[in-house]
Amino acid sequence: MSTHNVAGRKSALTWVVNISVIIMVVAWLIPTVGLLVSSFRERDQISQTGWWLAPLPVEQAFRARVPAEGATRDGERFVVEGNVFTLQGVANAFPGGGGNVTAFGTRSIQPGEFEAGTTAELRDGGTLTVSDDGTLRAELVENPEEGTPFVYFFAETPPKFTLDNYRTVLSADNMDIAFINTLTVTIPATIIPILIAAFAAYALAWMQFPGRGLLIAAVVGLLVVPLQLALVPMLSLHTQLGIGQSFVGIWLAHTGFGLPLAIYLLRNYMVGLPRDIIESAKVDGATDFEIFVRIVLPLSFPALASFAIFQFLWTWNDLLVAKVFLPSNDASKVMTVKIADDLLGSRGGDWGILATAAFVSIGVPLVVFFTLQRYLVRGLLAGSVKGG
Amino acid sequence: MNPLVQGLITIVIGVGGCVGYFYLSNLVVDHLIFPAKGKNAGRNINRANKVRPWLFLFPAIFALGLYLVYPVVGSFWRSLFNRAGTDFIGLGNYMALAASDEFRTAVLNNFLWVLFVPAGATAFGLLAAQLTDKMRWGNVAKSLIFMPMAISFVGASLIWKFVYANNADIGLINAVREALGASGPIDVLQIPFWNNFFLMVILIWIQTGFAMVILSAALRGIPEETVEAAVIDGANPFQIFFKIKVPQMMGTIVVVWTTITILVLKVFDIVYTMTGGNFGTQILPSYMMAYMFRDDGRATAVAFVIMLIVLPVMIWNIRQARRELR
Repeated sequence: MSTHNVAGRKSALTWVVNISVIIMVVAWLIPTVGLLVSSFRERDQISQTGWWLAPLPVEQAFRARVPAEGATRDGERFVVEGNVFTLQGVANAFPGGGGNVTAFGTRSIQPGEFEAGTTAELRDGGTLTVSDDGTLRAELVENPEEGTPFVYFFAETPPKFTLDNYRTVLSADNMDIAFINTLTVTIPATIIPILIAAFAAYALAWMQFPGRGLLIAAVVGLLVVPLQLALVPMLSLHTQLGIGQSFVGIWLAHTGFGLPLAIYLLRNYMVGLPRDIIESAKVDGATDFEIFVRIVLPLSFPALASFAIFQFLWTWNDLLVAKVFLPSNDASKVMTVKIADDLLGSRGGDWGILATAAFVSIGVPLVVFFTLQRYLVRGLLAGSVKGG
Repeated sequence: MNPLVQGLITIVIGVGGCVGYFYLSNLVVDHLIFPAKGKNAGRNINRANKVRPWLFLFPAIFALGLYLVYPVVGSFWRSLFNRAGTDFIGLGNYMALAASDEFRTAVLNNFLWVLFVPAGATAFGLLAAQLTDKMRWGNVAKSLIFMPMAISFVGASLIWKFVYANNADIGLINAVREALGASGPIDVLQIPFWNNFFLMVILIWIQTGFAMVILSAALRGIPEETVEAAVIDGANPFQIFFKIKVPQMMGTIVVVWTTITILVLKVFDIVYTMTGGNFGTQILPSYMMAYMFRDDGRATAVAFVIMLIVLPVMIWNIRQARRELR
């Protein structure tokens, strides 16, 4: 009896845990999913319904002129028949040909005054009928050759997903240049510190010399120095050296800022390598340089990969260093600066464009993240659990 | 020149330069200055080995010194001068900061950020770590909660703009409000005081994954016997979690907490992108950027204030590291 109880309670607990995790995962994902969905929606649809309604039809307002062609005379009046969905300016929103009219009107201030299927009086005494399948019948007093009235109507447009936003962002908004600039900043800024740090980490891990402990402590201390301190003095130094605001400047800056973490991670890893291998290589007469290049470097690959991913994500996502050390012209803006300084201002209300720009900038890090997550986790653990 | 080509050339020069430096400097030391032959061979090998660590360390020490040590002094020195950098004004910039309302708002807000963001991220991270532990699809769940770590702060801010938008057809919050019957959309980023918390949510959302990953490793490291003993003694799951597991993870929790605290003091992107520091949401890092390029004296003074706040954590970290080395 009691074992049954415990088992029952346990499965109830499992349910609670599973549901809690589902809730948490959904809560964490929803914002990003919203961005992704919005980036594929049409501008008009974004402003009409929330992204969570994206798979549903959207009710939109349309305006078109009652056609003049094919008018027939019926006594005093001119009769025009047609379909609102084929009218000029409307047809391209309904590539399928037809839709569903919910309401129509004859005046712009009340575009949905009449229900579909009813007959509306025109100002000059004529009548206008629009049925829900879009069939239109107008009885006009004046000759349609001399101008026809407007018809306003609400219709449901089918959900539409396009790549238009991506085309606009990449061509008109110069996001393509910004993308290449980000790549240009990121790759050298990832590779160069690794090499410098690897040599230093080897020295700190496997060489005996006075002051080693002090240097390790210094690296740990430098891990937390706020970047903000470096901005003004280093920018003015760059300017004095003639580097100024340039790609060379930002590569140097990222190298400097990335080094403490690189040295710290790599040293922690290298210290853990088996002592026998290194000692026996020394006995065999290998120099430190040879040991480092032939033994330690290949064995440290996981740690090198961890740091490379960190540094890649950090430099790709960086806004602060790019704002300060790169010139602020369009030709050298990286994506984060482009979005924060340009698009949010000029395209502030254009949600589709903003979503797309954001997605273009986070796409590559997300791919890196999901494919190389293993190394990222390993690096985090080496950096935080052991030391800190 | 095309920046990408310039980048490739830089990689070649940078990598080639590094390798060349290390290789050649070793060669020079071993064969020219202290050759391991002749009558001084033994002494020369010893001497070369004394010099070599510094050869390995030199580029790193140089870069660290230039980009991280010199700026501490450089920034402080610059903060003692006026806007143009021509007149020495002592602590004038700091006095001006102390007298400024916006600075006080920034310090106060930063205090809130430092209080709530690490707490929130660590708590959610701990919750996620415990819930996903030993779960069949735990790794998938973890990976999804961890994902925001890969997203830039700017990207994350845009993502959250779609949640906070002042429009029930775009912003999730206003859509929910509308569905609950509230009248008219509100801009949550303009609600005095509470808007700070809406901004903090973004950083908590990003950092929870970090906390979760590290805490779940710590959770795995807890000896099974301690948990089993508690189960046998009749402890319920909550008691096991709070009385057995959490105390054993305290060291790691502190590390996570301080790491996020340091991060909070550096992140200016979220405030910059979401509100530009308006509506009373200024924090120190974004306040500093408001002065960057306009008044270097004031900007460096703010940066130095951030440094002073970070200092205790730095000292504590160094002490921990030294204790570990012994």
